[in-house]
Amino acid sequence: MDEQTKSVTSSKQAPVIEPGYTFATVTDKISAIVLQRPTSNGWFVGFGIGFLLTMMMLFAIGYLFVRGTGIWGVTIPIGWGFAIVNFVWWIGIGHAGTLISAILLLLRQSWRNSINRFAEAMTLFAVSCAGIFPLIHVGRPWLAYWLFPYPNTMGVWPQFRSPLVWDVFAVSTYFTISLLFWFIGLIPDLATLRDRSDNRWAKIIYGILAMGWRGSARHWHRYETAYLLLAGLATPLVLSVHTVVSFDFAVGIVPGWHTTIFPPYFVAGAIYSGFAMVLMLAIPIRKLYGLEDFITERHLENSAKVMLATGLIVAYGYVIEAFMGWYSGNRYDAFTLWNRLHGPYAFFYYMLLACNIVIPQVLWSKKLRTSPVWLFFISGVVLVGMWLERFIIVVVSLQRDFLNSSWGMYYPTRWDWMTYIGTIGMFLAAIFLFVRILPMISIFEMRTLLPEAEVKE
Amino acid sequence: MQIFHRSTNTISRATIYGAVFVVAALFWAAANIQRSPYVTYAGVARPQPVPFSHQHHVAGLGIDCRYCHTSVETSSFAGIPPTKTCMNCHSQIWTNAALLEPVRESYRSGKSLVWTRVNDLPDFVYFNHSIHINKGVGCNTCHGPVDRMPLMYNYASLQMEWCLDCHRAPDKYLRPRDQVFNMRYEPPASDKPVRLDGKDYTDQLALGADLIQKYKVRNPMDITTCSTCHR
Repeated sequence: MDEQTKSVTSSKQAPVIEPGYTFATVTDKISAIVLQRPTSNGWFVGFGIGFLLTMMMLFAIGYLFVRGTGIWGVTIPIGWGFAIVNFVWWIGIGHAGTLISAILLLLRQSWRNSINRFAEAMTLFAVSCAGIFPLIHVGRPWLAYWLFPYPNTMGVWPQFRSPLVWDVFAVSTYFTISLLFWFIGLIPDLATLRDRSDNRWAKIIYGILAMGWRGSARHWHRYETAYLLLAGLATPLVLSVHTVVSFDFAVGIVPGWHTTIFPPYFVAGAIYSGFAMVLMLAIPIRKLYGLEDFITERHLENSAKVMLATGLIVAYGYVIEAFMGWYSGNRYDAFTLWNRLHGPYAFFYYMLLACNIVIPQVLWSKKLRTSPVWLFFISGVVLVGMWLERFIIVVVSLQRDFLNSSWGMYYPTRWDWMTYIGTIGMFLAAIFLFVRILPMISIFEMRTLLPEAEVKE
Repeated sequence: MQIFHRSTNTISRATIYGAVFVVAALFWAAANIQRSPYVTYAGVARPQPVPFSHQHHVAGLGIDCRYCHTSVETSSFAGIPPTKTCMNCHSQIWTNAALLEPVRESYRSGKSLVWTRVNDLPDFVYFNHSIHINKGVGCNTCHGPVDRMPLMYNYASLQMEWCLDCHRAPDKYLRPRDQVFNMRYEPPASDKPVRLDGKDYTDQLALGADLIQKYKVRNPMDITTCSTCHR
C-alpha cells in the first residue's frame, strides 16, 4: 500500500487526488454533497426527466402486459428483437463497475478508490435495467419464476442444458454479489453520514443502514475480510456473466452466433461499453459537483486506456468473425458476412465499425485522452456502437438464416423504443437519487490515498 | 447523542438470524398450500344436481364402472351417462323419490343433467382414458376408492408432478388388465400373490416390469416428453 501510494503520488501522471487535502477536508467535501448542499433546480430537472421516462417505460410495459408481445416488432424469424439487444447492452455496461471495484481492488490499483462507489452503483442500476427485458420478453412475466429451480407441483426442473437458464443464474448471482459488495463498501460511509447528519430521520435511516458501525479495530478487521472475500467472488463474475450471456448466442446454431470467439469478445465489449458509461457519468458529475480534485485527469485517462485496449479486443473479434466467414468454407457463414456488408442492415454495420473501431482510435492521443469534452463525446459514440453491435448480432443473424423462405425484416415499434428509452430514464433517475442521498465517492477509501495515510516505520 | 436504544443490537441480530427461518418457513408454507386441498380440491366433495352415491351403486349394488362410463375402454373420454341410463333402473325403483326428481325432469324434458365435473384436467392437457385402461392402469389408481365415496371427490391432486410420478416409473402402479375395474384390487404382497400368465407375483415391481413388456408400455423417455400430454 505504502509503495503503491508513493508511486501513485510521485509519478509523472496527474495525481489520483489533488494536493492540499486532509482526512477532515475529504470527509467534509464528500459528505457535504449529501448533507449540506441544497438540492439544486438542475437536480430536480434531471431527476424529473428520468422519472418521466421511467413512467413512460411503465406505461409501455403495462400496455405490453395487457396486449402481449405482439405490440413489439418481434416476429418470426426475428423473435429476439430490442428486448435481447437492450438486455445484453445493459448487462455489459454493468461490467465496468465490477471490474473497477473487484479486479482493480485485488490488483491494488488504488486510483480506483475515487470512482468505485458510483461505478458499482452504475452496475446495480444497469443490471436492474437489463433484468427488465428478459422478464417482459418471456411473454407471461407472471410465470417468470418458473425459470428458477424449485420443487414445483409440475414435477419438472428448468432445462439445465439451456443457456437461457444459465443466464438466469449468472445474472441473479451477479446482481446479488454486486448489491452486497456495494452495500458492505457503503457501511463505514453510512456511519459517517449518520454521525454528521442534523436531521433526526436521516440519522435513524443512515443509522439503521450503517448496522451499528463504530469504526472499532474489530469492525475494520471484519470489514476488510468481508470486502476481500466479496471481491474474490465478484472477480470471476466479471468474466463469467457476459460469457454466459454470449452462450445464449454461441450455443445456438445460427450463422453469426455459433462461434467460439463470442465469450472473450463479449466480455471485452462489456467492459468497453461499461467504461464508456463510467466516463459519461463521471465527466458531468465531477464538473457539476466540483469533484475535479478527486476524480482527476488520471482517472479519465486510465478509463480511456481501458477503453482503448478493450476496444481493440472487440475489433479483433470483428476481424476474426469476418476471417472465419471466409476461412470456414461454410457458405452460410460466408453469406452472413456478405449480408452484414451488403444486406438491408449494412448501414448499421458500417456505423458499428465507425463507432466501435475507427472513432475510438483517437484515444491514442494523450491530449484527447485527457480532455473531458472529447472523452464524453467518444464514450457516447462507443455506447451507440456497442448497442449497434448487439443489434447486428441479434437481428442481422436471425434475419436471413439457412432457408430463404424464412427470411424477414425487423422493424422496432414505438413500444420497443418507449421501453428502451424508458430504461435509460430509469437508470438516470436512479443515478440522480444515488448522488443525492449517498456519498458518491467512497470517503474512507479516498482518505487512504492521502499522504497522511502513509504509515512511517 | 445515542439515537438507538441498546436493545437494538439484540433486536437486529435476532431479525437477521430469524429472517433465514422466516423466509424458509414462507417457502415451506407456499409449497404446502399449493399442494393442499385448498388449491387442488383433493378429497373435497362438490355439489351436484343429484347427490349421486358411487358407494351405493358400486359397492352396494355391484354395478360395473363401464355400465355408465361406456366409452372408457375405447375413447379419450370415459363418458357421462345419459339420463336414460339412470332411468333403466329408476323407472322401476325409487320412482317417487324426491331426490331423483331432477333425473325424472331431465328424462321428461330431454334436457341433460348438468353435473359438476370433479376430475377436471386443464384444457392444455391431452388425456386419453382408453390408453391407460388398456395398459393396465386401474380405475382406482387415479380415481381412488370410488366405491367408498358417498359423494364424488377427486382423490388425486391432478397436478403434473402426480402424473409424472407414474409416467416416470409405470411399474410402480400397473396391474393385469382383468383387474383394472376391480375396485378392491390389492397390489401383490408375499401373503397375497397376484397371478399373471400362470405365474405368481409377490412383488409389484416385478409384476410391473413384466406388464410393461407384455402390454408394450413405452419407456419413460417417450411418455414424459412434453408433447405426450401437451399437444
